[in-house]
Amino acid sequence: MTPATTAPSEAAGRIHWFRYAAPQQFYPLAGKVLPCLWGLSALLAVAGLYVGLVLAPTDFQQGDSYRIIFIHVPAAWMSMLIYVVMAFWAGLGLVLNTRLSSMFATALAPTGALMTFIALWTGSLWGKPTWGTWWVWDARLTSELLLLFLYLGFMALQAASDDPRRADRAGAVVALVGVVNVPIIYFSVQWWNTLHQGSTINLTRAPSMATVMLWGLLLMVFAFWAYSIAAALHRVRSIILEREKGTEWVARLTETQ
Amino acid sequence: MTYWKSFSDFLAMGGYALYVWGSYAVAAAVIGLELNALRRRRQRARAEGAQWRALHGSES
Repeated sequence: MTPATTAPSEAAGRIHWFRYAAPQQFYPLAGKVLPCLWGLSALLAVAGLYVGLVLAPTDFQQGDSYRIIFIHVPAAWMSMLIYVVMAFWAGLGLVLNTRLSSMFATALAPTGALMTFIALWTGSLWGKPTWGTWWVWDARLTSELLLLFLYLGFMALQAASDDPRRADRAGAVVALVGVVNVPIIYFSVQWWNTLHQGSTINLTRAPSMATVMLWGLLLMVFAFWAYSIAAALHRVRSIILEREKGTEWVARLTETQ
Repeated sequence: MTYWKSFSDFLAMGGYALYVWGSYAVAAAVIGLELNALRRRRQRARAEGAQWRALHGSES
């Protein structure tokens, strides 16, 4: 399987998927998709915040402190998902030697780190009134903090190298080794005795949360998801311009300043 | 329709205002920082691209 550029177009109307493996082709495609994604994330966020903050009832046990869930859970899920996706692209770039794959990984890292920070911060503020503590070194919190360090380590390692391809490869090793942390975060509440509670939403049982609350949560999850994709696509476009600087197409593109 | 009886109730968040608004405000702030950083990075990338062209001219 080679990610080579365009195959000869014997059949007009066939989609040449590998066409978009070239930065020059992917750049305008991402540009077309971005406005929709930004708009979608804003819309979903407004809807989710309205449902979660204004419509949803209070919680019997936690009072209104539970409303932190509408930020905390989406951010936490994105922090894990983005890492896995980042590791996937970094691994692909390492194995197939495709530049754009590695650029995707580099583009995802800051957004992933942001999500991890938000999860940790909001989790801490939620923990204080409900558990009585800002922090505890239980399995979930500790492994989520480790995730933040992995993101930062990935970014620092890439920034430290002058040669972009070496930076890609070094980062890929960190990303791939660190991916084992994600299932640890996810299953930590089952495997160990943690202060962090177990899952409310899972694939096999009906959720044990009120419908309105669930709707607010799902809207916010999709809002965060759309936002993360938009941020990563926007960033990868800048990365493409940076790394393809000196090519004719970038020169043409940026001369209309 | 809405859960709250008044806007000041909404702001008070049942006594948990510090924790709830502290969470939402920081989340909004860091997202704002990211959006700003994204914009600045793009501006710089485009400027450097134009600069390169100005220095090296239009080679084919």
